[in-house]
Amino acid sequence: MTTPVSALADDVSAYLRRRARWSPLEIAFWIFAFASIWLFPSKYLILKDAVILALFALSLDLILGYAGILSLGQAAFFGVAGYFSGLVAKYGVINEPVIALICSGVVAAAFGFVTSFLVLRGSDLTRLMVTLGVSLMLGEVANRYSNISGGADGLQGVDMAPILGRWNFDLYGHNGYIYCLIVLFICFVIARRIIYSPFGLSLRAVKGNALRAAAIGIPVNRRLVAIYTVSAGFAGIAGALLTQTTAFCSLDVFSLERSADLLLVLIIGGTGYLYGGLIGAVIYKLLQDWIANLTPQYWQFWIGLMLVVIVLIGRERMAGWVAAARGFASRLGARVWSRVGPHSAALGGASPDRR
Amino acid sequence: MLTILFDGVAYGMLLFVLACGLSVTLGLMNFINLAHGAFAMAGGYCTVILVNRLGVPFALGVPIAFMVTALLGGLFERTLYVHVYARSHLDQVLFTIGLVFMSVAAVDYTMGSSQRFVQIPDALQGQFDVFGIGMGKYRLLIIVICGLLTIALQLILAKTRFGSRLRAAVDDQRVARGLGINVGAVFGITFAVGSGLAGLGGALGAEILGLDPTFPLRYMIYFLIVVTVGGTSSITGPFVASILLGIGDVAGKYYVPTLGAFVIYAIMIVVLIWRPQGLFARSSAR
Repeated sequence: MTTPVSALADDVSAYLRRRARWSPLEIAFWIFAFASIWLFPSKYLILKDAVILALFALSLDLILGYAGILSLGQAAFFGVAGYFSGLVAKYGVINEPVIALICSGVVAAAFGFVTSFLVLRGSDLTRLMVTLGVSLMLGEVANRYSNISGGADGLQGVDMAPILGRWNFDLYGHNGYIYCLIVLFICFVIARRIIYSPFGLSLRAVKGNALRAAAIGIPVNRRLVAIYTVSAGFAGIAGALLTQTTAFCSLDVFSLERSADLLLVLIIGGTGYLYGGLIGAVIYKLLQDWIANLTPQYWQFWIGLMLVVIVLIGRERMAGWVAAARGFASRLGARVWSRVGPHSAALGGASPDRR
Repeated sequence: MLTILFDGVAYGMLLFVLACGLSVTLGLMNFINLAHGAFAMAGGYCTVILVNRLGVPFALGVPIAFMVTALLGGLFERTLYVHVYARSHLDQVLFTIGLVFMSVAAVDYTMGSSQRFVQIPDALQGQFDVFGIGMGKYRLLIIVICGLLTIALQLILAKTRFGSRLRAAVDDQRVARGLGINVGAVFGITFAVGSGLAGLGGALGAEILGLDPTFPLRYMIYFLIVVTVGGTSSITGPFVASILLGIGDVAGKYYVPTLGAFVIYAIMIVVLIWRPQGLFARSSAR
């Protein structure tokens, strides 16, 4: 077992294991996330929206940040699963929310698998058009069969059963928020596992240079299909969560604005970095809430201005600031950790920066 | 049946005038400009203000709209777009979507969110009846104007010195630069004229397409379809694509009204899967 190849394999697996280790900062992030249940009891509704948006952004980050597929049609999967979960609940096919959620995710993933073959060819613009076209087509279909989807009025009369038969969706969104947060955490852990696997590493190679990746034996198309499917599943779970917690689903789940906002979320938080979507979603929701309070009708203007300014400043420069802040925070975290934990020596140098 | 064809052709001609600027900017700078519709909207609202409020005659209002949007386009190109050419496609998409959002909200704020109509002179209303085909006078005018414009554009591209520079720059930017062609200036002028044409299309089409603040979002996909399906290497590709799109859309809305634009999107996806570079792209393109 001492051939160079196996030594290399050991190297790689050690490297992956080192990177996959949970850093103190990440643990702190999740502790804070769950603490928010008790910290901000009056903000459940906006926090819940932020959590759903975060999961949605995570799904886009998987294909944009890790596989390099520029998509304006992530809303398609969000909408498909949103309507699916609404319909099964309305007609009493699957009453239990968790099972319905999983089924919605599977449906969205299946749909993602079918459409993934459309994004394999062509340039950025072609992909942009195809993904956007798919979500617009679904919007038209939902509009067409308004007897099923409720058309422009939205899908009403969705009656959700208690979660796992025990916890009801209450009016204040308390249980709904906890439910969303747990789902986000589970999905995040899965995404994290995918990213730090050899599969995730090969995805990054594909993003860097598809031709070279193919030359060293990575089946590029199969990798893209796989990650696109997974991402569609996550987007679907986010859509189903929205329908379940609001007991409503409308045609705007397919809209272009939804996909465009999602890009903004990722840009605020940073792409190719799992926490980017999460942080971006929280910042975006707070900003949107704040701006909407100032100018209820014209908040879109400020969102647009923000996009323009971000691009003009340059994302690289902003990513530099973020990296600097992260470096500072991780040093701080490591210092705190070294005082608290005895086994700090091994973790001291592990930075969460993984670019 | 023939009336639908006629309306479709008028609609398609309009789409071509709206989108041809976009096809050149995309082909020349490989720049994804989702905000093209915002210039069309600017032209439309400019005409509304001129004709409805200030009482400028329609025949004068439309050329002024062209000039205004061309100036606006040139200004934006020099001050904002210039910084984004070298960026990634993601940046370009974000930047131009941001512009679209801003224009939508700004027009909503200044002009109100309701749909606006341009007052067309009485002489242009009504229909001709030729062999039992009802032809709206206004639509006929659109076909004539847009047809003339297309011929003019084709001539400029094929016969003039500027046209050959432009074609050279589209074909190979670096070599064109090496030959002493000021690609930046060529591009600036083209962008301005393209925006102006979009404004002209918006002014003429306000009646047919409907003019409200969401215009850039609603028609963005149509412009992009014209460009991606038609390809960016010639002016005939987008022209044929927009005529087909116009006829297809009008016929689709007439025969299967409940499906709306579904047919168009489906056709677009099929074409793009079949030929990612567009229907009429030259095979040896770069």
